[in-house]
Amino acid sequence: MPVVRAEAVELRSAADVVSVRQIVRTWAIEAGFTLVDQTKMVTAASELARNTIDYGRGGLARLELITEGTRRGLRIAFEDHGPGIPDVQQALTDHYTTGNGLGLGLGGAKRLVNEFDISSRVGEGTRVVITRWK
Amino acid sequence: MDRIPILKLRDLLLVTIQVDMHDRLAMQLQDELTSRISETGARGVLIDISSLDIVDSFIGRMIANTAAMARVLDAETVLVGMQPAVAITLVELGLTLPGVRTALDVDKGMALLESGSRGTAGTTGSGSSSPDARRPG
Repeated sequence: MPVVRAEAVELRSAADVVSVRQIVRTWAIEAGFTLVDQTKMVTAASELARNTIDYGRGGLARLELITEGTRRGLRIAFEDHGPGIPDVQQALTDHYTTGNGLGLGLGGAKRLVNEFDISSRVGEGTRVVITRWK
Repeated sequence: MDRIPILKLRDLLLVTIQVDMHDRLAMQLQDELTSRISETGARGVLIDISSLDIVDSFIGRMIANTAAMARVLDAETVLVGMQPAVAITLVELGLTLPGVRTALDVDKGMALLESGSRGTAGTTGSGSSSPDARRPG
Protein backbone atom coordinates (compact mmCIF):
# COMPACT_ATOMS: atom_id res chain seq x y z
CA MET A 1 0.00 0.00 0.00
CA PRO A 2 1.75 3.21 -1.16
CA VAL A 3 2.48 5.80 1.50
CA VAL A 4 2.20 9.32 0.09
CA ARG A 5 3.48 11.06 3.17
CA ALA A 6 4.47 10.18 6.73
CA GLU A 7 5.13 12.09 9.92
CA ALA A 8 5.73 11.17 13.54
CA VAL A 9 4.45 13.34 16.37
CA GLU A 10 5.66 13.04 19.97
CA LEU A 11 3.05 12.56 22.65
CA ARG A 12 4.27 13.74 26.05
CA SER A 13 1.82 16.24 27.55
CA ALA A 14 -1.79 17.43 27.34
CA ALA A 15 -0.66 20.12 24.90
CA ASP A 16 0.52 17.39 22.51
CA VAL A 17 -3.05 16.04 22.34
CA VAL A 18 -4.14 19.44 21.02
CA SER A 19 -1.25 19.46 18.49
CA VAL A 20 -2.19 15.99 17.23
CA ARG A 21 -5.81 17.05 16.80
CA GLN A 22 -4.69 20.00 14.67
CA ILE A 23 -2.26 17.96 12.54
CA VAL A 24 -4.83 15.18 11.99
CA ARG A 25 -7.38 17.81 10.94
CA THR A 26 -4.97 19.22 8.32
CA TRP A 27 -4.15 15.78 6.96
CA ALA A 28 -7.81 14.70 6.90
CA ILE A 29 -8.64 17.78 4.84
CA GLU A 30 -5.75 16.91 2.49
CA ALA A 31 -7.07 13.36 2.16
CA GLY A 32 -10.36 14.89 0.97
CA PHE A 33 -12.47 13.77 3.96
CA THR A 34 -15.94 15.26 4.48
CA LEU A 35 -16.39 17.45 7.55
CA VAL A 36 -18.08 14.61 9.45
CA ASP A 37 -15.28 12.17 8.56
CA GLN A 38 -12.63 14.72 9.54
CA THR A 39 -14.38 15.19 12.88
CA LYS A 40 -14.56 11.44 13.51
CA MET A 41 -10.88 10.92 12.71
CA VAL A 42 -9.77 13.90 14.82
CA THR A 43 -11.92 12.73 17.76
CA ALA A 44 -10.60 9.15 17.54
CA ALA A 45 -7.02 10.51 17.43
CA SER A 46 -7.72 12.70 20.46
CA GLU A 47 -8.95 9.71 22.50
CA LEU A 48 -6.00 7.51 21.53
CA ALA A 49 -3.37 10.22 21.98
CA ARG A 50 -4.68 10.81 25.51
CA ASN A 51 -4.50 7.07 26.23
CA THR A 52 -0.89 7.01 25.03
CA ILE A 53 -0.03 9.83 27.44
CA ASP A 54 -2.17 8.88 30.45
CA TYR A 55 -1.78 5.09 30.38
CA GLY A 56 1.26 4.47 28.16
CA ARG A 57 3.50 7.13 29.78
CA GLY A 58 3.88 8.91 26.46
CA GLY A 59 4.89 7.76 23.01
CA LEU A 60 4.44 8.55 19.35
CA ALA A 61 1.67 9.09 16.83
CA ARG A 62 2.76 8.02 13.33
CA LEU A 63 0.61 9.53 10.59
CA GLU A 64 0.51 8.16 7.06
CA LEU A 65 -1.40 9.42 4.07
CA ILE A 66 -1.96 6.26 2.05
CA THR A 67 -3.50 5.20 -1.26
CA GLU A 68 -4.95 1.87 -2.32
CA GLY A 69 -6.03 1.78 -5.93
CA THR A 70 -7.96 4.99 -6.40
CA ARG A 71 -8.91 5.54 -2.76
CA ARG A 72 -7.02 7.65 -0.25
CA GLY A 73 -6.87 7.14 3.43
CA LEU A 74 -5.35 8.33 6.64
CA ARG A 75 -3.67 5.84 8.94
CA ILE A 76 -2.37 6.68 12.41
CA ALA A 77 -0.41 4.39 14.71
CA PHE A 78 -0.22 5.27 18.43
CA GLU A 79 2.74 3.59 20.07
CA ASP A 80 3.96 3.55 23.62
CA HIS A 81 6.37 1.55 25.74
CA GLY A 82 4.17 1.70 28.80
CA PRO A 83 2.84 -1.09 31.03
CA GLY A 84 0.70 -2.69 28.31
CA ILE A 85 -2.91 -3.88 28.56
CA PRO A 86 -3.40 -7.30 30.22
CA ASP A 87 -6.87 -7.89 28.77
CA VAL A 88 -7.41 -6.09 25.45
CA GLN A 89 -10.98 -7.36 24.99
CA GLN A 90 -11.95 -5.98 28.38
CA ALA A 91 -10.24 -2.64 27.60
CA LEU A 92 -12.36 -2.37 24.44
CA THR A 93 -15.57 -2.72 26.44
CA ASP A 94 -17.51 0.51 26.86
CA HIS A 95 -17.34 2.04 30.32
CA TYR A 96 -14.40 -0.12 31.36
CA THR A 97 -11.72 2.14 32.81
CA THR A 98 -8.74 1.83 35.10
CA GLY A 99 -8.28 5.60 35.31
CA ASN A 100 -10.54 8.55 35.77
CA GLY A 101 -12.02 8.49 32.29
CA LEU A 102 -15.41 7.40 31.04
CA GLY A 103 -13.99 4.24 29.53
CA LEU A 104 -15.12 5.28 26.06
CA GLY A 105 -11.64 5.90 24.64
CA LEU A 106 -10.73 2.62 22.94
CA GLY A 107 -14.18 1.31 22.08
CA GLY A 108 -15.36 4.77 21.05
CA ALA A 109 -12.33 5.36 18.82
CA LYS A 110 -12.92 1.96 17.18
CA ARG A 111 -16.47 2.97 16.23
CA LEU A 112 -15.23 6.21 14.62
CA VAL A 113 -12.86 4.62 12.09
CA ASN A 114 -12.99 2.03 9.28
CA GLU A 115 -10.11 -0.15 10.50
CA PHE A 116 -8.87 -0.66 14.03
CA ASP A 117 -6.02 -2.83 15.19
CA ILE A 118 -4.60 -3.13 18.69
CA SER A 119 -1.67 -5.13 19.97
CA SER A 120 -0.33 -4.97 23.48
CA ARG A 121 2.20 -6.83 25.58
CA VAL A 122 2.34 -6.47 29.35
CA GLY A 123 5.58 -4.76 30.32
CA GLU A 124 6.44 -3.82 26.72
CA GLY A 125 3.80 -1.44 25.45
CA THR A 126 0.77 -0.91 23.27
CA ARG A 127 0.25 -0.11 19.60
CA VAL A 128 -3.13 0.98 18.24
CA VAL A 129 -3.54 1.56 14.49
CA ILE A 130 -6.57 3.31 13.04
CA THR A 131 -7.42 3.88 9.39
CA ARG A 132 -10.15 5.88 7.78
CA TRP A 133 -10.77 5.90 4.04
CA LYS A 134 -12.21 8.73 2.00
CA MET B 1 -1.61 30.50 30.91
CA ASP B 2 -4.84 30.59 28.88
CA ARG B 3 -8.08 31.31 30.62
CA ILE B 4 -11.63 31.06 29.31
CA PRO B 5 -13.65 34.11 30.36
CA ILE B 6 -16.88 33.63 32.30
CA LEU B 7 -19.36 36.50 31.88
CA LYS B 8 -22.15 37.26 34.31
CA LEU B 9 -25.43 38.57 32.88
CA ARG B 10 -28.21 39.12 35.42
CA ASP B 11 -28.45 35.75 37.17
CA LEU B 12 -26.79 33.78 34.39
CA LEU B 13 -23.18 32.84 33.70
CA LEU B 14 -22.13 32.77 30.05
CA VAL B 15 -19.14 30.92 28.65
CA THR B 16 -18.06 30.82 25.02
CA ILE B 17 -15.35 28.26 24.40
CA GLN B 18 -13.35 29.55 21.45
CA VAL B 19 -10.07 27.68 21.77
CA ASP B 20 -9.12 24.06 21.27
CA MET B 21 -8.90 23.21 24.98
CA HIS B 22 -6.21 20.99 26.39
CA ASP B 23 -7.29 18.83 29.30
CA ARG B 24 -5.98 21.06 32.10
CA LEU B 25 -7.77 24.08 30.66
CA ALA B 26 -11.02 22.09 30.53
CA MET B 27 -10.64 21.07 34.19
CA GLN B 28 -9.81 24.65 35.15
CA LEU B 29 -12.98 25.89 33.44
CA GLN B 30 -15.05 23.27 35.29
CA ASP B 31 -13.61 24.40 38.64
CA GLU B 32 -13.98 28.11 37.91
CA LEU B 33 -17.55 27.76 36.72
CA THR B 34 -18.50 25.86 39.85
CA SER B 35 -16.86 28.51 42.07
CA ARG B 36 -18.54 31.35 40.19
CA ILE B 37 -21.99 29.74 40.54
CA SER B 38 -21.44 29.55 44.27
CA GLU B 39 -20.07 33.12 44.56
CA THR B 40 -22.71 34.79 42.40
CA GLY B 41 -25.73 32.67 43.17
CA ALA B 42 -26.29 32.29 39.44
CA ARG B 43 -29.39 30.32 38.50
CA GLY B 44 -28.27 29.34 35.04
CA VAL B 45 -25.12 28.52 33.08
CA LEU B 46 -24.97 28.82 29.32
CA ILE B 47 -22.03 27.13 27.59
CA ASP B 48 -21.60 28.04 23.92
CA ILE B 49 -19.53 25.50 21.99
CA SER B 50 -20.31 26.76 18.47
CA SER B 51 -16.59 27.39 17.86
CA LEU B 52 -15.52 23.89 18.93
CA ASP B 53 -14.84 21.58 16.01
CA ILE B 54 -14.50 18.50 18.19
CA VAL B 55 -15.77 17.33 21.56
CA ASP B 56 -14.05 14.19 22.76
CA SER B 57 -14.86 12.11 25.83
CA PHE B 58 -12.72 14.30 28.11
CA ILE B 59 -14.41 17.57 27.13
CA GLY B 60 -17.76 15.78 27.16
CA ARG B 61 -17.12 14.58 30.70
CA MET B 62 -16.13 18.11 31.76
CA ILE B 63 -19.43 19.45 30.40
CA ALA B 64 -21.48 16.69 32.04
CA ASN B 65 -19.66 17.15 35.38
CA THR B 66 -20.14 20.92 35.27
CA ALA B 67 -23.87 20.44 34.69
CA ALA B 68 -24.07 17.98 37.59
CA MET B 69 -22.19 20.31 39.96
CA ALA B 70 -24.32 23.25 38.84
CA ARG B 71 -27.48 21.30 39.59
CA VAL B 72 -26.30 20.56 43.10
CA LEU B 73 -25.75 24.31 43.48
CA ASP B 74 -29.29 25.02 42.25
CA ALA B 75 -28.33 26.18 38.75
CA GLU B 76 -29.40 24.86 35.36
CA THR B 77 -26.88 24.30 32.56
CA VAL B 78 -27.67 24.62 28.88
CA LEU B 79 -25.16 23.66 26.20
CA VAL B 80 -25.67 25.55 22.96
CA GLY B 81 -24.31 25.70 19.42
CA MET B 82 -23.03 22.17 18.92
CA GLN B 83 -21.96 21.71 15.31
CA PRO B 84 -23.77 18.87 13.48
CA ALA B 85 -20.52 16.98 12.73
CA VAL B 86 -19.67 17.14 16.44
CA ALA B 87 -23.11 15.83 17.40
CA ILE B 88 -22.83 12.88 14.97
CA THR B 89 -19.36 12.04 16.26
CA LEU B 90 -20.33 12.31 19.94
CA VAL B 91 -23.19 9.86 19.56
CA GLU B 92 -21.00 7.34 17.69
CA LEU B 93 -18.34 7.75 20.34
CA GLY B 94 -21.01 6.70 22.84
CA LEU B 95 -21.28 9.98 24.71
CA THR B 96 -24.86 11.16 25.07
CA LEU B 97 -24.37 13.81 27.79
CA PRO B 98 -27.11 12.61 30.12
CA GLY B 99 -28.55 15.38 32.26
CA VAL B 100 -27.26 18.19 30.05
CA ARG B 101 -29.92 20.36 28.43
CA THR B 102 -29.11 21.59 24.94
CA ALA B 103 -30.34 24.30 22.59
CA LEU B 104 -29.42 25.15 19.02
CA ASP B 105 -28.11 28.65 19.69
CA VAL B 106 -27.57 31.24 22.42
CA ASP B 107 -31.03 32.83 21.89
CA LYS B 108 -32.84 29.54 22.37
CA GLY B 109 -30.58 28.62 25.28
CA MET B 110 -31.36 31.90 27.07
CA ALA B 111 -35.08 31.33 26.47
CA LEU B 112 -34.79 27.84 27.93
CA LEU B 113 -33.00 29.09 31.05
CA GLU B 114 -35.47 31.93 31.56
CA SER B 115 -38.51 29.66 31.21
CA GLY B 116 -36.80 27.12 33.47
CA SER B 117 -36.20 29.60 36.29
CA ARG B 118 -39.77 30.90 36.02
CA GLY B 119 -41.09 27.35 36.16
CA THR B 120 -39.02 26.63 39.25
CA ALA B 121 -40.05 29.84 40.96
CA GLY B 122 -43.70 29.09 40.18
CA THR B 123 -43.79 25.48 41.25
CA THR B 124 -41.75 25.62 44.43
CA GLY B 125 -43.58 28.69 45.70
CA SER B 126 -40.71 29.51 48.02
CA GLY B 127 -41.80 32.35 50.25
CA SER B 128 -38.38 33.29 51.51
CA SER B 129 -37.32 35.28 48.48
CA SER B 130 -39.33 37.13 45.91
CA PRO B 131 -39.50 35.12 42.69
CA ASP B 132 -40.37 38.31 40.84
CA ALA B 133 -36.96 39.80 41.64
CA ARG B 134 -35.32 37.12 39.54
CA ARG B 135 -37.51 37.57 36.52
CA PRO B 136 -35.75 39.41 33.75
CA GLY B 137 -37.76 42.18 32.11
